[in-house]
Amino acid sequence: MFRKRKKPPVEIPTSSMADISFLLLLFFLVTTTIDIDTGIDLVLPPWVDNAEQVQVKSDNIANLLVNEVGDVLLDEKIIGIPQIKPEIIARIKANPKLIISYKTVRDTPYNIYISVMDQLKLAYRALRDEYSKEKFGVPAEEATEEQIQEIRKAIPQRISLAEPTQAEG
Amino acid sequence: MKFQKKIAQTQQTIPTASLPDIIFMLLIFFMVTTVLREVDVQVQYTLPEAVALEKIDNKRLLSYIWIGKDERIQIDDSILPVGAISDIAYQKRMNNPNIIMSLRIDKGSRMGIVSDVQQELRRADALRINYSALVKM
Repeated sequence: MFRKRKKPPVEIPTSSMADISFLLLLFFLVTTTIDIDTGIDLVLPPWVDNAEQVQVKSDNIANLLVNEVGDVLLDEKIIGIPQIKPEIIARIKANPKLIISYKTVRDTPYNIYISVMDQLKLAYRALRDEYSKEKFGVPAEEATEEQIQEIRKAIPQRISLAEPTQAEG
Repeated sequence: MKFQKKIAQTQQTIPTASLPDIIFMLLIFFMVTTVLREVDVQVQYTLPEAVALEKIDNKRLLSYIWIGKDERIQIDDSILPVGAISDIAYQKRMNNPNIIMSLRIDKGSRMGIVSDVQQELRRADALRINYSALVKM
């Protein structure tokens, strides 16, 4: 008679599974970059072919001018970079419709441009924070999404970038 | 009186049966968070420092433009002239309408070239930009 031969139990060895997945894990650990990009956000104005000149009342404009050595002029008066923030805060409080017209020359160093932009952003951040605390009782960082939208509506960032001009002389 | 060595009744081995599962969980975490295909940056740059920084959570929205010390401009893997930026930026924006152009510009650059790049981006309608900067200590 035929008798079925008893087969040994079939098994895949799994003891090396941990080692293999360790190898993969190490690969992804090494290739992952966790660092988060930080920077200053800005939205450029859309391109128009024939730029219409929009007349804005001169009371509503703060002219910010930076020359090629990094001197800053705010409405014809020379100002130190750290003083920009309190000055802008005071002026926006006095006139909420204020537009900041930020102009540089082609030779202005980029890091001066960034530190002035930083001051403007800090000023807006402080204003929004104050508004948020007054209205919702929480700092702007802890506000909900809808509250943030409302804060943005109440205190919009009005920074106008003028095209840099060639330095004279 | 004889002293008998006490032998612990509990099991001495650490159970390793769940080890692969734990490793797999870690593995999956890193696989998901990894963004592969980093480009080689061919220009030299040092980022400026600022305080009012915003974090960009979504790296997939980002596209980088490097401007080095020698005013060479790099996008993706190639060095480009200023005039070629708008075409590339336009194509990138078609693929991803919410694209954020991250400008990684050397702090010693002049505003002239920065502004030229910005004009090109405006022409391509890629209006969301981000000046990459480091945290000022």
